[in-house]
Amino acid sequence: MDLLHYTATELGEKIKAKEVSVKEATEAVLDRIGETEEQYHCYVTLDKEGALKKAEEVQKGIDDGTLTSPLAGVPVAIKDNMCTEGMLTTCSSKILGNFVPTYTSEAVKKLEAAGAVILGKTNMDEFAMGSTTETSAFGPTKNPWNTEHVPGGSSGGSAAAVAAEECYYALGSDTGGSIRQPASYCGVVGMKPTYGTVSRYGLIAYGSSLDQIGPLGKDVRDIATVLEAIAGHDSKDSTSIERKDTDFTSALIDDVKGMKIGIPRDYFAKGIDADVKDRVLAASKVLEEKGAILEEFDLPLVEYAIPTYYTIADAEASSNLERFDGVKYGFRAEDCEELHQMYKRSRSQGFGPEVKRRIMLGSFVLSSGYYDAYYLKALKVKALIKKGFDEAFSKYDMILGPCAPTTAPRLGESLSDPMKMYLGDIYTISVNLAGLPGISLPCGTDANGLPVGLQLIGNIFEEKKLIKAAYAYEQARGAFSIDSVKEAH
Amino acid sequence: MANVISDETIDYVGILAKLELSDEEKEQAKKDLEEMLDYIDKLGELDTENVEPMSHVFPVENVFREDVVTNGDDRDNILKNAPEEKDGMFVVPSTF
Repeated sequence: MDLLHYTATELGEKIKAKEVSVKEATEAVLDRIGETEEQYHCYVTLDKEGALKKAEEVQKGIDDGTLTSPLAGVPVAIKDNMCTEGMLTTCSSKILGNFVPTYTSEAVKKLEAAGAVILGKTNMDEFAMGSTTETSAFGPTKNPWNTEHVPGGSSGGSAAAVAAEECYYALGSDTGGSIRQPASYCGVVGMKPTYGTVSRYGLIAYGSSLDQIGPLGKDVRDIATVLEAIAGHDSKDSTSIERKDTDFTSALIDDVKGMKIGIPRDYFAKGIDADVKDRVLAASKVLEEKGAILEEFDLPLVEYAIPTYYTIADAEASSNLERFDGVKYGFRAEDCEELHQMYKRSRSQGFGPEVKRRIMLGSFVLSSGYYDAYYLKALKVKALIKKGFDEAFSKYDMILGPCAPTTAPRLGESLSDPMKMYLGDIYTISVNLAGLPGISLPCGTDANGLPVGLQLIGNIFEEKKLIKAAYAYEQARGAFSIDSVKEAH
Repeated sequence: MANVISDETIDYVGILAKLELSDEEKEQAKKDLEEMLDYIDKLGELDTENVEPMSHVFPVENVFREDVVTNGDDRDNILKNAPEEKDGMFVVPSTF
């Protein structure tokens, strides 16, 4: 079998059993990147030398028994909004185009401690603001299933790199669907854990009350394994949560008997592609045949999630992005005569249109005279949305639905109409507002051969239920990759 | 209800957001802002009279620790990212 087809945990086992060396695996994936990267553009920064050097170090650690993690020696890609000491971290923005952090984000540090080999930093929507990876200042990533389509976003580079076998797994971040939606578009698995499960220390902030780091990988076992490695309380993140139940791999059990799954009627109502609806409902039937109990119900306030989200996320973004002012790091506009002119020009020239749009809306909804009408109102609706989920989870173990209303749109079709792009986030966004965990995994392809994503949403701290159901579905579905789907046709 | 953003408002937003917009960008920003606000106005349909605003999903409390420095002096490395520096300090254009 081609070395590149292994999942991350399979490769980890082969490395442990000395059937494959870390160097061989790293070289194989670097060769793959050399062949296909020009076509897909998954990465902003590649660190070949660093990866090969690290591969040697890690091999020594495995050989002398100090590195025992299932991920030891497995090459990984990191979304370019997580700080990596000594390695360019741009957020796919001109304003951070030359920024080299002096420290490493906590989630990446945990992977390093497990013996991960970091290949480089993946492309994304600028500051994670977008749903297609087209707002990147360094050009879009292409969907490896069909390069005329977007990979989704904002973690589009991470999702595409996994699908294209340009890495074995990747880290992404999810503020309104930015892990789950690109996973759906690229036919890979992606999970956003409960807010506070993974430290945000070193993650360049977008909407701090919504941002969470999570894994993207080839199968559910990889997702559980990576999440187990990066989860944990961190005193450097004031919203980090102490929890003892992060042994996520213990939930890899093929058993959904008696599990109660709620299916929101509104998630299948208007605006959804017929193929997406069909594949997702077919996936629900698979779980039913395995013993799960399905029930349709009315989840309230679905149509209010998007306006609530954009008010809150943009308000937080306008505050978080104030730090980019041309003083301490990043881009500074030339020939400025005084300080405020320098701030304004550096920001105006350094940020792209979507980022500016969100900073302006955020500044507006927080301004005196409008704060109560917009920002405070959105925080109240957020409370109502959370209450709606609380009621649903008093009846159901999880909620099942699509990840996005459509499969991956064509390149160039989304940015001209931001409102339409925002509407594509309808099924993912409320999960962030309520702090819930959600997983997306492939459940087939549409008529054009593009992957469809199944989304499972759990109550807070109930990742294990999602992992269990996703694993059970995956066992019934069988292999799903670009190669396996093409072979089947 | 259609929102109308005046020139004064968009100038004010530009000041708050610390952005310098060309006339063309201003017109586009007015249009974008109007469209988004019309959409956000949908929240007005909901009665939130007795609802407490929720900023965090979990109850968050202040986290205290002793005021002890744990990270070392990294001044020189930090300054490497500065657009301009001199004698261990950031250099900026005239402040007045």
